[in-house]
Amino acid sequence: MAVQDVTGQELSELLAGSLPEAVAGYDETAVWVYPSQIDVVAARLRDEPSLDFQFLNSISAVDFVEYFDLVYHLTSLRRQRCAIVKARVYGRDNLSAPSVYRVWQGADFQEREIWDLMGLNFEGHPNMKRIMLWEGFEGHPLRKDFL
Amino acid sequence: MHDRTWAIDRDEGRTVNELIAVSTTPFETPSIEVPDDLKPNLLVTSVDALVNWGRKSALWPVSFGLACCAFEMMATAMGRFDIARFGMEAFRASPRQADLMIIAGTVTWKMAPPIRRIYDQMAEPKWVISMGVCATSGGPYYGSYSVAPGVDHIVPVDVYVPGCPPRPDALLYGIMELHEKIKKYRHLRKTTAPAPDQKGLPEGLTEGGIS
Repeated sequence: MAVQDVTGQELSELLAGSLPEAVAGYDETAVWVYPSQIDVVAARLRDEPSLDFQFLNSISAVDFVEYFDLVYHLTSLRRQRCAIVKARVYGRDNLSAPSVYRVWQGADFQEREIWDLMGLNFEGHPNMKRIMLWEGFEGHPLRKDFL
Repeated sequence: MHDRTWAIDRDEGRTVNELIAVSTTPFETPSIEVPDDLKPNLLVTSVDALVNWGRKSALWPVSFGLACCAFEMMATAMGRFDIARFGMEAFRASPRQADLMIIAGTVTWKMAPPIRRIYDQMAEPKWVISMGVCATSGGPYYGSYSVAPGVDHIVPVDVYVPGCPPRPDALLYGIMELHEKIKKYRHLRKTTAPAPDQKGLPEGLTEGGIS
């Protein structure tokens, strides 16, 4: 059986029932949540039996200069479904979002990588430090304004 | 556990930054020099030829691959190209037992301290081949924030092998050029002998064989 994508609308309706304050909207492929609520949403996505997203494929950060998008790709191995959750973080300095390490431990290195290369700090991460570059490196090289 | 690794990370970062600060110019290609205290010795036989032959005929490389060039290095060691023809099939896992370091791949600044350390751990005499454009000059990553502009900023390099990655043929050619270079070392020299040229090459030999 092929893995099915959950549409943003469906996911938003599933989440809005229990977490109406966290959902910011949806589009064709993804549900948009507020970055401050991302850890609560993550726990709900994993633990709610109708959602059951126990596997975190990847976390990405995208630099749009005015804001950063955090993209979480999730898979439910039992239900054979995929979902995408996005959160938009505005600004360029001292950015932070809650860590989802407590929900999916696979987020450990990926959040460190985003901190290293993009400069988003994840609160609650047990080991928030650079992973690829060395300590003492200045700047975050995947940012659009890095030279 | 995480708290305990902080000190190690900071220490590593400091090492890398210090290395970047001092590694501003590449090392000179090692020239064949005779130490002053050996110059007065008298040479009546061709000890040089014997010693150099022994050194070049069993040039053991240290197993050290950094990136995709390492695959070509491995292919060089396999049956089709067969580095064993040169007595070099013994890739040593310890720098103490190796004579040659083949820098096969991109040298990042974070990897630079370990490279320097392995080079320092190798016993003299030792040689270095820079394999591929990344190790030679940074290659496609020239000017990158994380890549050293050539491994010759970190260790002296004897032979540069261009290519991305170089075919095993090219690496073997580089190795043969290194053999030619080793053959020209002079360990002992009469004091009355004419002054050697800058490279210390024997009379009548030109530098043409060295790339």
